[in-house]
Amino acid sequence: MSVYVQILVMALVTYAVRVIPLTIFRRPVKSRFIRSFLYYVPYATLSVMTFPAILQAGEGWLVGLIAFMAAIITALIKGSLPLVALVTCLTAYLSALVF
Amino acid sequence: MGKEAFKDGLRSGLPISLGYFAVSFSLGILMRNAGLDPLQGLVMSLLNNTSAGEASAVSIIAEGGSTWEIALSQLVINMRYFLMSAALCPHLSPSLSLPRRALIGFDVTDEVFAVLVSAPRPLDERYAYGVATVTIPGWAAGTVLGIVFGNLLPEGIVNALSLALYGMFIAVVIPPAEKDHRILAVVISSMALSLAMAAVPALAGLGSGTKTIVLTLITASLAALIWPVEEEA
Repeated sequence: MSVYVQILVMALVTYAVRVIPLTIFRRPVKSRFIRSFLYYVPYATLSVMTFPAILQAGEGWLVGLIAFMAAIITALIKGSLPLVALVTCLTAYLSALVF
Repeated sequence: MGKEAFKDGLRSGLPISLGYFAVSFSLGILMRNAGLDPLQGLVMSLLNNTSAGEASAVSIIAEGGSTWEIALSQLVINMRYFLMSAALCPHLSPSLSLPRRALIGFDVTDEVFAVLVSAPRPLDERYAYGVATVTIPGWAAGTVLGIVFGNLLPEGIVNALSLALYGMFIAVVIPPAEKDHRILAVVISSMALSLAMAAVPALAGLGSGTKTIVLTLITASLAALIWPVEEEA
């Protein structure tokens, strides 16, 4: 049951963030710092969450590292999201067979 | 307009929904590895609609982290929606009632925001409902199937699939980083600090949620101080 409480809490926080500017606080964000900060947040968050977690997720750090590098190279060549995900998984699967 | 706007919304939402399905499928694999059942995944995705937020919450739950850590992580990770909703607000008709605004606010995600602000102003609320009607189920269905298939597929395949979400995060981060040196600096320093925190024994015990919160606050505010972003970030 406690997992549902945690899900409800996260939903309330996330919803509040989304709905307050549309309902109660209907003014544009003026502060240049806040705007800039929020601009960088997704890149910081996703980077922190990806590395080194990708090394710990599958079948050992070496497999994770190879998949990580394959993902970056694929993203640099052709940034499409499903393709990068596919390459990541395939590389991980194949290198897990070897290492 | 009229019913057309709702249909237009469905049409704009469909490609987003298909993309969501793939992302939330891999999120579902992570949920399955964290011990969540399909119903828990369904409820989480229906109520939250946020990939990074949910992925972070899943690892906090897996570690047995506190509800406070979850709440705070969602606040930091999803704060960008505040900026999106604030930018969306002038697109709505000033006469649009509070409950309807509250309804539209439920599905403000990165991708949905992008299509809503490119629609003609004032935004027809039915267009927003159309987009939500097709994107929310796509996200939820992918999550549930990810958990179910995570339970059915062989372990080697599940292990490989568990990296898919990280691959997608990389696909989100790398192309803009290649074009913009400020983003590149944020990406590299975030990863380096994240690795450093994992390597220092005194800090390695911190929950993944706390780590994400602290490092996001540090790197994003440093970047904002060093390289303020001008209009239209």
